[in-house]
Amino acid sequence: MANADFYGAGFPYRDFGKLPGKLIVLEGTDGVGRSTQVSMLRHWLEEEGYAVADTGLTRSELTGPGLDAAKSGHTLGPITMSLFYAADFADRLENKIIPALQAGFIVLSDRYFYSMIARDSIRGIDKNWSRALYGIALRPHLILYLQASVPSLVQRLIHGRGLNYWESGMDLHLADNFYDSFVTYQTQIIKALEELAREYNFVTIDSDRDPQEIFEDLKRPIRLLLHNRLTKSERPF
Amino acid sequence: MLRPNDTKGKLIVVEGIDGSGKSTQIDLLYKWLLSKGYSVYFSEWNSSALVKSTTKVAKKSQTFTPATFSILHCTDFADRWENSIYPLLKAGVIVLADRYAFTAFARDIARGNDPRWVRDMYSFAFMPDAALYFRVPLDIAVERITGSRAQLKYYEAGMDLGLSESYEESFKLFQGKILNEYDKMIDEFGLTMIDGTLPVKVQQKKVRSLIRRVLEGFEGLPNPEKKPIAVDNPQAGKKGKKGGK
Repeated sequence: MANADFYGAGFPYRDFGKLPGKLIVLEGTDGVGRSTQVSMLRHWLEEEGYAVADTGLTRSELTGPGLDAAKSGHTLGPITMSLFYAADFADRLENKIIPALQAGFIVLSDRYFYSMIARDSIRGIDKNWSRALYGIALRPHLILYLQASVPSLVQRLIHGRGLNYWESGMDLHLADNFYDSFVTYQTQIIKALEELAREYNFVTIDSDRDPQEIFEDLKRPIRLLLHNRLTKSERPF
Repeated sequence: MLRPNDTKGKLIVVEGIDGSGKSTQIDLLYKWLLSKGYSVYFSEWNSSALVKSTTKVAKKSQTFTPATFSILHCTDFADRWENSIYPLLKAGVIVLADRYAFTAFARDIARGNDPRWVRDMYSFAFMPDAALYFRVPLDIAVERITGSRAQLKYYEAGMDLGLSESYEESFKLFQGKILNEYDKMIDEFGLTMIDGTLPVKVQQKKVRSLIRRVLEGFEGLPNPEKKPIAVDNPQAGKKGKKGGK
């Protein structure tokens, strides 16, 4: 059982004590199938007898309304947007994730701050600034990276929920239509995520396959984690 | 840390604990600069309407933690920075700010956040051309606030820190911590200290003579009709009312 381990100063005004739970992060770009995998993993882990909590970005009561308002018209600059997401992240971490870890839950996080750094870096935000900001973040026990190619994302989204404004990066004015913008934007996002994958020791899972195959591959490192048998290159620290 | 101002505008900020009289001074300064034919813009701490809708919810339900409190105040500042302060400085405007990053450095750190983390968060902003710190002894400031205000609010009194059960006692202790942080910043950032116990007129004379020096050789954006600059974002609210935030 370990004390909280943060990337930076964390929350110095609070002592969280021991955190017996495990924090598992699923990273990957839009349309890669993260939420499907989170719900499959949740069922599997619960069947195995673990208590599981799941959480995603921008779902906190605190900043949900503000972020929605921002997305629906009010022009927000990139730094402002980034800070809005960070407030949401801090709220979720302090009020949901850490308490669940204190109670011994396995927390499945649908994305973490790495996605935020990736999207911000494309919008001209200084990477060192982002990293310092997320010094409040707890180090996860395992970061699973769903790696997909742009053509497979396009195929999945067009036959699914469609290409949307934000996932296509239309705010960046990269192209005059959703398709070209999506391709350019997601190529940049994936490149940024690959860099972060090396820096933060993500475990990469080939996700250009059907959900069941991906699921089987995700189970392996999770099993190792739960039995304390992850290798050094698979651990985020 | 804070970046140097590389625009043709001038950034002037006032700082101090609640009840230090800084808002009165910046209001007088604003009117004086406008009458001199400068283009002047006034920006107030915690005034972006977008962020307000969020902080309102959180303040009501008292769900702020020191970290979210800190990030949301920086979000408010960033919204004003990106949408008005920075573009107007580029245009050659004098921007007056009633409270600036130093307020966060004092309050957020008094709340227990990491000093380095808070300073890094504001590193996209400029070091002001003039940073005036209105210093008053704690008891005078507390007297001014508790005497003039019906009731202290939860966060204003620092009740979230659990310093005391009494709002007034907690307010005193919290303001004392903030005052301490301000005093530490005088050297760190070269804040110009002004004695906030002096008569209003005497303080304003000092302020104007300081600002005259800062504006030596400054041309800026002409304003022959002496018009105030409208708040460019209609959702961003009205020009500030007096009293601490």
